[in-house]
Amino acid sequence: MLDHTTALLAATMAAGTPLVYAALGELITEKSGVVNLGVEGMMLVGAIAAFATVASGNSLLAGVIAGGLAGMLLALVFAVLTLTLMANQYATGLALSIFGIGLSAFVGKAWLGMTVTGFQKVSIPLLSSIPVLGGALFQQDMMVYGSIALFALISLVLYKTKTGLLLRAVGESPDSAHAIGYPVVRIRYLATLAGGALCGVGGAYLSIVYTPMWVENMVAGRGWIALALTVFATWRPARILLGAYLFGGMTSLQFHAQGLGIAISPYLLSMLPYLATIVVLVVISRNPQTIRLHAPASLGKPFRPN
Amino acid sequence: MTFRLQLESRPVASRTMRYVAPVLAAALTLVTGLVLFYALGKSPVEAFKVFFVDPIKDLNGITEWLLKASPLCLIALGLAVGFRANVWNIGAEGQLTMGAAAAGALAVHFDGATGHWLLPAMLVAGLVAGAAWAGIAALLRSRFNANEILVTLMLTYIATFFLGYLVDGPLKDPNGQNFPQSILFGESALFPLLIEGTRLNASTLITLLAIPFVWVLMMRSFVGYQLRVSGLAQDAAVYAGFSRTKAIWMTLLLSGGLAGLAGVGEVAGPIGQLQPSVSPGYGFAAIIVAFVGRLHPVGIVLASLLMSLLYLGGESAQIALQLPNAITGLFQGLLLFFLLGTDVFVNYHLRLVRVSGGQK
Amino acid sequence: MTIALQQHARLRLQGITKRYPGVVANDSVDLTVMPGEIHAILGENGAGKSTLMKMIYGAVRPDAGQIFWDGHPVQIASPMAARQLGIGMVFQHFSLFETLTVVENVALALEGKFDLTSLASRIEDVSDRYGLSIEPHRHVHSLSVGERQRVEIVRCLLQNPKLLIMDEPTSVLTPQAVIRLFITLRQLASEGCSILYISHKLDEIRQLCDRATVLRSGKVSGEANPAEETPATLAQLMIGTSLPEMSRQPRTPGEVKLAIKRLTRQTQDPFGVSLAQVRLDVHAGEIVGIAGVSGNGQAELMAALSGEQTLADKHMVLLDGQPVGHLDAGSRRNLGLGFVPEERLGRGAVPDMSLAENAVLTAHRQALVQGPLLSMGRIRQFALQCISSFGVKCAGPQAPARSLSGGNLQKFIVGREILQSPHVLIVAQPTWGVDVGAATFIRQQLLDLAAKGVAILVVSEELEELFQICDRIAVLTGGTLSEAKPVSETTIEEIGMLMGGVDAQEGEAA
Repeated sequence: MLDHTTALLAATMAAGTPLVYAALGELITEKSGVVNLGVEGMMLVGAIAAFATVASGNSLLAGVIAGGLAGMLLALVFAVLTLTLMANQYATGLALSIFGIGLSAFVGKAWLGMTVTGFQKVSIPLLSSIPVLGGALFQQDMMVYGSIALFALISLVLYKTKTGLLLRAVGESPDSAHAIGYPVVRIRYLATLAGGALCGVGGAYLSIVYTPMWVENMVAGRGWIALALTVFATWRPARILLGAYLFGGMTSLQFHAQGLGIAISPYLLSMLPYLATIVVLVVISRNPQTIRLHAPASLGKPFRPN
Repeated sequence: MTFRLQLESRPVASRTMRYVAPVLAAALTLVTGLVLFYALGKSPVEAFKVFFVDPIKDLNGITEWLLKASPLCLIALGLAVGFRANVWNIGAEGQLTMGAAAAGALAVHFDGATGHWLLPAMLVAGLVAGAAWAGIAALLRSRFNANEILVTLMLTYIATFFLGYLVDGPLKDPNGQNFPQSILFGESALFPLLIEGTRLNASTLITLLAIPFVWVLMMRSFVGYQLRVSGLAQDAAVYAGFSRTKAIWMTLLLSGGLAGLAGVGEVAGPIGQLQPSVSPGYGFAAIIVAFVGRLHPVGIVLASLLMSLLYLGGESAQIALQLPNAITGLFQGLLLFFLLGTDVFVNYHLRLVRVSGGQK
Repeated sequence: MTIALQQHARLRLQGITKRYPGVVANDSVDLTVMPGEIHAILGENGAGKSTLMKMIYGAVRPDAGQIFWDGHPVQIASPMAARQLGIGMVFQHFSLFETLTVVENVALALEGKFDLTSLASRIEDVSDRYGLSIEPHRHVHSLSVGERQRVEIVRCLLQNPKLLIMDEPTSVLTPQAVIRLFITLRQLASEGCSILYISHKLDEIRQLCDRATVLRSGKVSGEANPAEETPATLAQLMIGTSLPEMSRQPRTPGEVKLAIKRLTRQTQDPFGVSLAQVRLDVHAGEIVGIAGVSGNGQAELMAALSGEQTLADKHMVLLDGQPVGHLDAGSRRNLGLGFVPEERLGRGAVPDMSLAENAVLTAHRQALVQGPLLSMGRIRQFALQCISSFGVKCAGPQAPARSLSGGNLQKFIVGREILQSPHVLIVAQPTWGVDVGAATFIRQQLLDLAAKGVAILVVSEELEELFQICDRIAVLTGGTLSEAKPVSETTIEEIGMLMGGVDAQEGEAA
């Protein structure tokens, strides 16, 4: 039973990691006042770009970079449409997701059914020998550790530096930021691109580490769950981490259900993360005051300097 | 002295550009597509023929075209009413699935029944199931302020697993060699064919009825007016005393119901049984149809024909050019991108400005 | 003038022109500001004052013309560049971030090391020196409007400006706060800082400014020494004609039409104001004014009276004696309530809909809807009637609301409400951002309507306006309403004292 718990916890971390990358990426984008519903598409394109890179004989690191670049490229399309051409952010984000699904499926035909070898687990000395938790938390691959380092970095920048202050300011009132002389559109471009890159990396983790193979539409709604996570976290990084592992746990549960002696139809178990997303959204959104206090006030609203 | 193009807002939105933009977007998609074919080593002329001409060169092709356009149009009509009210039902695919599942359950349960009541009962079941599935999102939105985009999407994933559970469990064909699918529906659970020898069936008539209905609702009715106000300026709707809750419920129930009907049209039409998947993404493609059709019933009819052709072209390209049919999704996304991009000219126009200008 | 030019002007504009689609906002404007001078830019709404200031501050680039700074030609490419030259600006609509603290707001506008602790003490130094008390670590959303303005001013002063631009700074201040502001501005000018003071309030300019440049329809229509002018001569320069007169017929208040009884409502908005025990009666044939600085519960009170927010206790609002607190906006309108909100675009009218469609918004009760369907012919007729009876300048009933000027759209909205013959009409900020002609017209309409026996409640920040048209005036501060006093028994000064509220108390403490 203890072995199962350790395994489940370890799987939870791994399953949560793509969500950590993607949701932190979307957090950066949304902090600047831009909502990009294309997370699912960016993750998928990141996943196939990373997989194709690695399966062609390049290193895993090259794969991760390729995934990030692919996600960023898609985010660039979104940014041009919404920030320069003033298109509706919601519609454009949806288009990005639909396009990403189509593009990854199209490109991915050539790579169907292949597998690659993912990152090796790295044990952290001493810590990894802690009973139950050690095996779960400190015996992971580099990208899991990387996601936690990223979380620390983003928290630091967001709340302790002028860059972070500026990002929050632009998200709250682009008009004020413009009036005192900041290049709002450029800042939003950068935040959108950074967000896209992280979504791509999240997708890369799925295809070259977690699975590791290419399956059509393999992101399976995680992009949308990442979007829900930003709301669940009320735009705060620590809660994103928490939420991501919560959903990672739900996902892992289906695979470990039998081991834990749970006998429910796998179809119904598969619904669990999606059901949980709805529950979580309801619980958080119920209180409009919390949302109002923490949501970037200009979220989704177009801004055009004149 | 250098010049630079600059977007300048128009004092009044251009009506002409509203109609030109979708045509321009379709043209740009076509050009991009032909370039893509060329890059993949296929002749653009040949590819154009395979994609847009071959699929509809005979009666069979034309009926297939209408057959696929029908559910796209029906779903998009409902979605457009919602989008105009700023209610974002993105989960029509799930509502379609639940409509199909409910109708299918009736068909399987009353297999062998004769008489003319079964198909109408299936239609009602599909309508109710689709509306109810969207109704969950309406309830959560109006009561708890939960974002309907995410809720309808999550419900789509859940609906897919639910259908999977049904066809691999309670509704599975006992003599089906363990395939996850139901029995084939009986005669009384299927739409009558409109043209013998083709698959075009009476479900298309539902779409034909829905077009004028939605037009009147949207453009000429007081309810439709209230929904439009609600979407364009929420504060003005509150000011006038138009209920937001009513707008959320109405649009989600309507769009969910129409998507559910589209689901019945699929399982009681070309498919004829329940399978793990009952739609090639009509629910998502209909979002694009609604936008490309300018959220207007007439535009939606035209856009659904275009989108349907993309589906047929994708299949045809797979056979004739050995290209993955995922190319359909690629083109759908491109079309919407180009539309959103060209839309900028409705409210803005381009002007040449001197960069060094300003000061003498 | 010749003496002034021997010394280098701090700022000189020559032939500055800016065009927007369909309008020339500034047409060949010349302007000279000397060091230590308080220079007024006078003009009515839409005369091009704000555009001109934005060009000086680098937020907008001129199409033609030249700017000289301390005698040298310059191009001010951005607000950053303007600040480097020594130009600071205090915006009419503050450029502050509500969820950030005062010190964070200031830090964003300053270059150099990011050190909030030392910045906080610098803020305290400056605010002590100029009598602008603010606490550096408070969040901006918890500050009053007056305090927010001080944050803006302190933010400018920390950059040691040589020119400070103040855009309509007193529109949001109580009379007492205005006096304090003038003391600060005079102190700054005496230290050599030039001040560009933008306003349409003639009295203030005569009190404060050394010189005035008057703008009309984007052009300079004259220069003057304000102290030597009368309000009438300044108004002549500003609007080209003398101020229009209004006629006021005698009216006799009748029975109570609108009764507000101990209206209490806790705000749901963390940045909002709660209403406490608000009481007021408005009689038939009477105009009652509510004075006060915005942000003291005006928005909340309007929403509670119009029905946009419903109340737990239906007896808190009575229309014609009937409790309506629980009814939504539509149901209250059915009982004879009319309402003109302060936001015209997006609340009083849908920007992207035509005037005809916007007529339906509230006037659908005038048989514009038959059964479930809109009656297109009648809608058009109603819109036409509204356009002609209220002198709305527009391209016709099909013109989108957003294409109208502020004054014309306001006339349309007021007309739409009046044509429905309400028993009670509530109007928020009737003439905000409206040109003088339209403002006079709208006030006259309200006076005429009251003479016909309609009960009218007006909320306004402009005390002159309230004293011009009201029978009684009450003051809203911090969500509580003072007793309404007859206009004949009170003065602008007394009402101003009541408006003080939080700001006045702080002034005493400081």
